[in-house]
Amino acid sequence: MKKLLSSGTLFIWICGLGVAASLLMVFGLLFLIMINGLGFFWPKDLVELTLKDGTTVLGEIHEREIIPHSISPELPEGKGRLLIKIGNRDLYGLDFRWVDEQDIISRAKPPDAVMLERREWGNFYGRVSRILRGDRIVASGTEASWQVLPQLIERANALQEEIQHVEKDLIGDLNYQIEQARLAIRAHELKGERDSPEIAALKRDIAHYEQIYQQYVAKLQALTDQLDDYAVVMQDTSGQETIIPIGLIIKALRPNEMDVMEKCLMYLANVWALLSEEPREANTEGGIFPAIVGTVMMVLMMSIAAVPFGVIAAVYLKEYAHQGWVVRMVRIAVNNLAGIPSIVFGVFGLGFFVYTVGGTIDQLWYPEALPNPTFGTGGILWASLTLALLTVPVVIVATEEGLASVPQEYREGSLALGATKFESILRVILPCALPGILTGFILAVARATGEVAPLMLTGVVKLAPSLPIDSHFPFLHLDRKFMHLGFHIYDMGFQSPNVEAAKPMVYVTTLVLVTVVVTLNLTAITLRNYMRKRMKGAAV
Amino acid sequence: MPSSVDIVSQHPHTTFAHLQDMEPPMPHPLLDSKPKITIEQVDFYYGEKQALFHITLTIPTRKVTAFIGPSGCGKSTLLRCLNRLNDLIEGTRLKGRICLDGQDIYDASMDVTDLRTRVGMVFQKVNPFPKSIYQNVAYGPQLQGIRRRAELDAIVERSLQGAGLWEEVKDRLHQSALGLSGGQQQRLCIARALAVNPEVLLMDEPCSALDPISTAKIEELLHTLKEQLTVVIVTHNMQQAARVSDVTGFFLMGELIEYDDTKKIFTNPSDRRTEDYITGRFG
Repeated sequence: MKKLLSSGTLFIWICGLGVAASLLMVFGLLFLIMINGLGFFWPKDLVELTLKDGTTVLGEIHEREIIPHSISPELPEGKGRLLIKIGNRDLYGLDFRWVDEQDIISRAKPPDAVMLERREWGNFYGRVSRILRGDRIVASGTEASWQVLPQLIERANALQEEIQHVEKDLIGDLNYQIEQARLAIRAHELKGERDSPEIAALKRDIAHYEQIYQQYVAKLQALTDQLDDYAVVMQDTSGQETIIPIGLIIKALRPNEMDVMEKCLMYLANVWALLSEEPREANTEGGIFPAIVGTVMMVLMMSIAAVPFGVIAAVYLKEYAHQGWVVRMVRIAVNNLAGIPSIVFGVFGLGFFVYTVGGTIDQLWYPEALPNPTFGTGGILWASLTLALLTVPVVIVATEEGLASVPQEYREGSLALGATKFESILRVILPCALPGILTGFILAVARATGEVAPLMLTGVVKLAPSLPIDSHFPFLHLDRKFMHLGFHIYDMGFQSPNVEAAKPMVYVTTLVLVTVVVTLNLTAITLRNYMRKRMKGAAV
Repeated sequence: MPSSVDIVSQHPHTTFAHLQDMEPPMPHPLLDSKPKITIEQVDFYYGEKQALFHITLTIPTRKVTAFIGPSGCGKSTLLRCLNRLNDLIEGTRLKGRICLDGQDIYDASMDVTDLRTRVGMVFQKVNPFPKSIYQNVAYGPQLQGIRRRAELDAIVERSLQGAGLWEEVKDRLHQSALGLSGGQQQRLCIARALAVNPEVLLMDEPCSALDPISTAKIEELLHTLKEQLTVVIVTHNMQQAARVSDVTGFFLMGELIEYDDTKKIFTNPSDRRTEDYITGRFG
């Protein structure tokens, strides 16, 4: 026993176990997210269950749960219950339902069962009954109507796209112009001008814009009318009929009729839709594109602010400052800064950046917009700067370590060639410390991407009306509020009224967030390995 | 002490002649001809600890001067005083004067970077920068503001030729310097130092990490280098000092014990401790 202890074998085993446990946890977490997240896109078969009381249930099976014998002793051992997504929120109020397995008489996968993905009210599961144009029946009977439906949906989607174009691009641009003109008038008025020719010209502009606006509204109305032309009458599993305007439908599927190939294509289409579309229905459906853009932009802006700042601070601490007790205290303070709860940074960001700095900027440069704040409210710039404060200690510590790893001979060699200290740092020491700096960058990105609490105070919103980057000058709108994947997870999972429906989206969003972090990190790690290789003198 | 008086009176010639030889020192053709560097009464301290005691010597122009002595005797410290590299270490202090061409290098008016371009240095630990061979050599000239490609190319070629490395690396100038062998790297460091046209080249045990063949190449190089510049070399290897240097100084415990013609030091040292050291009785 004593020999076992002193030989260190036991210790090695304990270390090994520790590593194994950590790896297991990490991979277990990733596996869980992957399984739950990736399954979301697969078009599930529709199951029609006939129950003992004579009713039927149509929907997707989401989960099966064994009911413990101790809870309901009357049930036979091993029986469970199923969570069925029954959809049809407009009819039933809820779109999920638990069904006890022992109540089920028969299960079937009817080929004519249809899944409609809708813009409102979630999915509809049922059968197509007939298609109406106004009050006139265009097609009747399940098969005949199903044949007509795809073209109609395609037409409706095209119309929707056009409506979106008119609303977002044309009217959006127009609103922007009107707002700019209004602000310009206000700015002239603030200067004390009353009826200068500029103001008159601006007012003429606004009148002109409003005329165009009326045209757009008319066009929009025409499009919406076209959209409402057709409607489909759907029958749910119990035979209850409901009229759904075609304009509400995004796509219609008969998943039980689809083969694996078609399902794979649909899977890819669903993934793409998630990544490229905007959210619907209180974020529980649709895509997460604005959140991805917001997250990536915020992380990039954070890096632009944090990395140079941290590197400069580290260079001063390591290379220039006299290594006395002051520097030791500063170092301790920097290390402690990394341990401060992030919400405290959020409060600081709100108080300092948003109200003090932003408020001052508004007073000085945007007085015409007041009392509406421009920079004096949360926005992507302030959120990024707050996160930069949060991550700068990490960059400082990693850069200092990188600088410490540069051999003293390089410094002396450079100085002995007549370089000043500054030239040595810039041309020899910093390039050698680059792997360390990149390590700091990696850690900073990993931390910043996952941080949510400070953002909630400094500019993240549930639904941002426009992206922080667009085609209007100056293209990058630092004052705009933005969406963020981390906040999106919180919002969907814990703030949405329909938690069960949002659950798969939570997993998917988590998966995307993890992917974004991993992608950013892998890029930095690849770069660092390349730099290291160069330092070591392998082939350049 | 009557007996000593006796001895003096009985052998006045031998005793006094010896004293007169020592001070003023016998006129020495090598040491007094054209001093490049003069060191006068230099004391050097690392914080409280004194590392050099009253060092006075002159380093002749376009000769190789070797400093020998056991570890910790202060020879490297003195070498690093000559281009003020000890300034980097906090808490160091120097008393006395070190003049380069008659100009005090520790004077406030001395530009340190300018001094270091005039007094180049090659280190014990081979230290090419992790850049390409070309960038290593061009580093010094670029710092001096030379940007024109053709000019830099010429300097790089001339310096590498000066260090006897050109033929070996001319086809891979843009590959990493760290891919070279140890001896080649050290010659690259010499080329890098030569690129800024120094008047003096300080070498701090340049061959201690190298194999005999690389050492021989660098020693050979020293013979050609001294035609153009003054070389000061610190070495542990007494055969090396004997082979390459014209003048040798022997240091012990921070003091200069003997400083003379290399031939004289190694064949007929005047101090007992020098003789003990070079014959391997200690150190």
